[in-house]
Amino acid sequence: MNEKVINILLVEDSMGDIRLTQEVFKEGKIRNDLVYVKNGEDALAYLHREGKFADAVRPDLILLDLNLPRKDGRAVLDEIKSDSDLARIPVVVLTTSSAEEDIQRMYDLHANCFITKPFDLDKFITVAKSIQDFWFSIVKLPNSTNQPFKT
Amino acid sequence: MSFQDFGKSIDILLVEDNPGDIRLTQEAFKEGKVFNNLHVVNDGEEAVEFLYQRGKYKDVPRPDLILLDLNLPKLDGRAVLAEIKADTDLRRIPVVILTTSKAEEDILRTYDLHANCYITKPIELEEFINIVHNIENFWLSIVKLPKA
Repeated sequence: MNEKVINILLVEDSMGDIRLTQEVFKEGKIRNDLVYVKNGEDALAYLHREGKFADAVRPDLILLDLNLPRKDGRAVLDEIKSDSDLARIPVVVLTTSSAEEDIQRMYDLHANCFITKPFDLDKFITVAKSIQDFWFSIVKLPNSTNQPFKT
Repeated sequence: MSFQDFGKSIDILLVEDNPGDIRLTQEAFKEGKVFNNLHVVNDGEEAVEFLYQRGKYKDVPRPDLILLDLNLPKLDGRAVLAEIKADTDLRRIPVVILTTSKAEEDILRTYDLHANCYITKPIELEEFINIVHNIENFWLSIVKLPKA
């Protein structure tokens, strides 16, 4: 069976959270390739395939932390959703923040959804699995060439 | 287990003209873990009236989540989506497109219009219920919704 792969861009500066997310996504039913960058500037360079990211694969889904070095996640989200080419890529904001202003503002900026990262390990894993299940198996992502065939 | 903090129950607006789908969705949401109120309108014009709390809808709550079919009488779901996402007050409400269409143009166009996610309704009954349970679990228990 010819199986397609879902490409994910994780924008996250905590190595611990990166490793956890990688582990969870590796075990998914749907084949996926998770790439990470650790700051906001790299996130945008990756999406624009600039410099060292010239060969970057366009992601089908972006997981975006808010508190990032170099360029804040809020500014990254704003740029993505203002770009006619990139705006359609779903962005899951995944952050330690549970501040109401952040929640409202990110939805105003067209974040597709906002998730507060749990501190508890088991809950973090549950959340990561839920993201995977929902966005890979339930939702239709906006790029059919990367859609896996359903088994 | 819910990651959502809320003092009240969640209000959901279902914009759907198919009575069978409405019934199924109502049943599935009733079985959910999170206390919710499902409001139903049957066409795009009613959806807009509801959201702007006009006329007979002047006392309705602002929904926390919208489930939106695309092929609707009176005003198309795509037009309803465009209106919601252009309005400074309404745009933050997450819109889950729930439609029979799997057309690539529909998928791309609705994401361009800032639909929060796009789901094709399964034809099979059990799959349909499963999808609605998944929507309920993800949007009501995992995600933080903006305060209405």
